[in-house]
Amino acid sequence: MANIIQIVKDRFGDLVLDSHSQHGDDTVIVNKNSILEIMQWLRDNEATNFNFLMDLTAVDYLGKGKDMRFEVVYHLYSLENNIRLRVKAGVTEEDATINSLAPLWKGADWYEREVYDLYGILFIGHPNMKRILLYEGFEGHPLRKDYPIDKRQPLIGPDN
Amino acid sequence: MAIDSKDNVSNAGFVDKRVETALSESVILTQVDKVIGWGRKYSFFLYPFITACCGMEFMSVAGPRYDIDRFGAALPRFSPRQADLLIVVGTISHKQAPILSKVYNQMAEPKWVFAYGACVCSGGMYDNYATVQGIDTILPVDVYVPGCPPRPEMVFDGLIKLQDLVQNERSSKWPRGQAPYMPREKKA
Repeated sequence: MANIIQIVKDRFGDLVLDSHSQHGDDTVIVNKNSILEIMQWLRDNEATNFNFLMDLTAVDYLGKGKDMRFEVVYHLYSLENNIRLRVKAGVTEEDATINSLAPLWKGADWYEREVYDLYGILFIGHPNMKRILLYEGFEGHPLRKDYPIDKRQPLIGPDN
Repeated sequence: MAIDSKDNVSNAGFVDKRVETALSESVILTQVDKVIGWGRKYSFFLYPFITACCGMEFMSVAGPRYDIDRFGAALPRFSPRQADLLIVVGTISHKQAPILSKVYNQMAEPKWVFAYGACVCSGGMYDNYATVQGIDTILPVDVYVPGCPPRPEMVFDGLIKLQDLVQNERSSKWPRGQAPYMPREKKA
């Protein structure tokens, strides 16, 4: 089995911004505008055949000196070939949107709702973009690094 | 917003309030209240509103070693219309709070609330954005049993204290009214 990172780089060339293999995990960092095209190819071609989206989450790098504040992280797994790949796409704070992968994998639906609920990143093309874990009148996105740890929500609970 | 008998519209208690105050602590009515209190305290119908890990300890409280049937409170009724003791067990999140309030309002009076566990009494170790910091912000609570989870002996201590409270209740205490937190209507 040839190196998966090399396969992705041969196909997409300059869309792959960076890659590494720390601790044995193959990781590619891509531009967020081409995420749908890259994921579709990774799922459909016979060499890689990534039919299992294992995880979809996000990271907030506020204060760490990176130019893109958020990074949406996808973990892919191929059941037939037994290979794993991590795909990361940087998202800026001003334009906190990215294309939704719900048309490709049904499991992406709830993962993306959770990322929207806790980070505030909007997924374009999602069928049901609303909060999943917190209640409807909740103000803010709690897993962002600038959410105050002792903030009280307006619904119920003693005032701060 | 305090829970108060004055807030109620209808005078649907066992004894009319005007009669109660006119006779003012007569011997007959206090004896009737004692008999009713005796009957109520030995026949609780539990509604175990269990959400989290305290539920495991509640199962052992109801099991044969630490037996809640000794107190007459054996039968859990999983319908609020048939229950009179709401035992809130486990962490209540902000999303769960309207459900809890609705269940409390659906119960018929007289009804009591038993706060089981640290998360229910005060939010417990979850001092964060998602947990209600104590059930008494949304419901009137009668007994608080702290612990994570509380030992079954502590639960029975709380239950015995609740029995003392029920025994010494006056019938003019009921009806007590709705919970102070009302769940919002869903926007269509």
